[in-house]
Amino acid sequence: MTTDRGGDVRLSGISKTYGSFTAVHPLDLTVPQGSFFALLGASGCGKTTTLRMIAGLEEPTAGTVSLGGRDVTALPPYKRPVNTVFQSYALFPHLDVFENVAFGLRRRGIKSVKKQVGEMLDLVQLGEQARRKPHQLSGGQQQRVAVARALINHPEVLLLDEPLGALDLKLRRQMQLELKRIQTEVGITFVHVTHDQEEAMTMADTVAVMNAGRVEQLGAPADLYENPRTTFVANFLGTSNLIEAKVETASGDDLVVEAAGQRLTLPAARCAAPAAAGGAVLLGVRPEKISLTPADDADRVPAGRNRVTGRITAGSFLGVSTQYVVDCPACPEFEVYVQNIDRDPRLVPGAEVVLHWDPAHSFGLDAAQDIDAGVETAGADEEVAAR
Amino acid sequence: MPFVRRLKRNLVVVAGLLTLGYLLLPNVIVTVFSFNDPKGRFNYAWQRFSTDAWTDPCGVADLCGSLSVSLQIAAWATLGATVLGTMTAFALVRYRFRARGAVNALIFLPMAMPEVVMAASLLTLFLNMGAELGFWTVLIAHIMFCLSFVVTAVKARVMSMDPRLEQAAQDLYAGPVQTFLRVTLPIAAPGIAAGALLAFALSFDDFIITNFNAGSTVTFPMFVWGSAQRGTPVQINVIGTAMFVVAVLCVLAGLVVADRRQRRTS
Repeated sequence: MTTDRGGDVRLSGISKTYGSFTAVHPLDLTVPQGSFFALLGASGCGKTTTLRMIAGLEEPTAGTVSLGGRDVTALPPYKRPVNTVFQSYALFPHLDVFENVAFGLRRRGIKSVKKQVGEMLDLVQLGEQARRKPHQLSGGQQQRVAVARALINHPEVLLLDEPLGALDLKLRRQMQLELKRIQTEVGITFVHVTHDQEEAMTMADTVAVMNAGRVEQLGAPADLYENPRTTFVANFLGTSNLIEAKVETASGDDLVVEAAGQRLTLPAARCAAPAAAGGAVLLGVRPEKISLTPADDADRVPAGRNRVTGRITAGSFLGVSTQYVVDCPACPEFEVYVQNIDRDPRLVPGAEVVLHWDPAHSFGLDAAQDIDAGVETAGADEEVAAR
Repeated sequence: MPFVRRLKRNLVVVAGLLTLGYLLLPNVIVTVFSFNDPKGRFNYAWQRFSTDAWTDPCGVADLCGSLSVSLQIAAWATLGATVLGTMTAFALVRYRFRARGAVNALIFLPMAMPEVVMAASLLTLFLNMGAELGFWTVLIAHIMFCLSFVVTAVKARVMSMDPRLEQAAQDLYAGPVQTFLRVTLPIAAPGIAAGALLAFALSFDDFIITNFNAGSTVTFPMFVWGSAQRGTPVQINVIGTAMFVVAVLCVLAGLVVADRRQRRTS
């Protein structure tokens, strides 16, 4: 099925303030038609407020919302061609599944809803449950009713406000794939709000990472992960090791930096900060890019790699991989994930090791930022996700 | 001792049955004595079985007239208190306005005030205003004291209502009126119904406030009180029993409907 009525969602200079608190700073955002777009951030970052402004449930303090080139800022929610899947679903408790799904059609004065509702319930595999009340359904079934209730109206944009937050991990994985499948099938623009970075990366074509009412960075999931431009993004999306370093030379394609007496290289193109010799920079590297070699074998490390020495303080075996924490002069808690290919029995806590990685896997960030931005929030959300 | 053991095992059931008996005994007495054929004017001693009073419930002068007055007042008071009370409850839950806290507290005042004090104060008010005591003064008084109960019942329901339900309705093309009629009202309905039933019951059997402010109008409770001085006609028991039976039938009908609905959907 294709839709030719749709269009881009365009937010221009949109902002929202409550008294002296600014929930969303002036924001420009374009969501291309037919894409799966995720707004990712910790709770209170302004992502839900942004979504509600698109839905019309929140009035922007300034700026405009347009859908397919039409300015809808002044339209009330019931006149906008968008539908929302609410957090905790907000199914009407006094209506059965069929009437919940038919609600939007009936309000638009469509008389014969039976066929459409039947087809929609079949799409979400709830044909048998049509006459049940929402409280008689499981969490996953309720979630599918909420999706069906919104999708049946063929909105130009479907807004999803943490729709999977109430589900357990296994069901959530299943629903992620299901939603992605539906989106591909119906071709409607999805705007998805979530605090779960893994969910955003699995489902979305484009992710906008929000922090304190601003979009920190926007891009494809792999691009955000490999090339974070702020410490918040580096720490919130996965884990990053950030080393405070001093720039030695900044000529040519590579930057040579120095940290705790060790010389490291990073590609100038991957440095998000203006770097001049003598200036400070944060060098970052993802834990899975690093190899660990016992100090005895240090001479076997290939030349041309970035090297840091340290001592293992902790190691936890996870089956697929082992996660080590290494204490280095340059970085007190260096995280390293080693794939479980050949387990070296010498890699135990207390062992002296050399950490080395391809310089091309390093990225550079502005040293003026809080090095721990996004760390705690990401950690807390991983705990939630792991339950 | 098997008996003692059995008693111990079923202690909760026995206690429950005794409590139920304690609650229902007065109703049983009322019902039994509605079939009495008393000697003299007072229906206090059992003589013999008779259905005379049941076949002629309006046989006592003014009884059915007073009953009709009471039913009318109760119906209008219920309507007035339910409409005003529902709106008040929504205002108190949904909107932040100055003196909201004070209004919340003041709503409870009529419930807390001794009824006889309120009755006397109302009479003073009506007399000072030069109002003519009768049907209308009773109705105004009843709406006033029923209001607190309706507000309390509806408020509890509205407070537990997820505001996202109304947002979902708006998101699904329902304008403000449609949202109210299709979502807000049906969900608040159990609270509103509870408030309305409470209001009807309170208004129907109110005596103190009514007696102070009724002038020459006579309601059913006033009729019973008045006739008790001169004798108690069996018809009073008949009306009492009939009210009890109607109430029980209403509850049963509600249970049957709920049960059917449950069966159809599961």
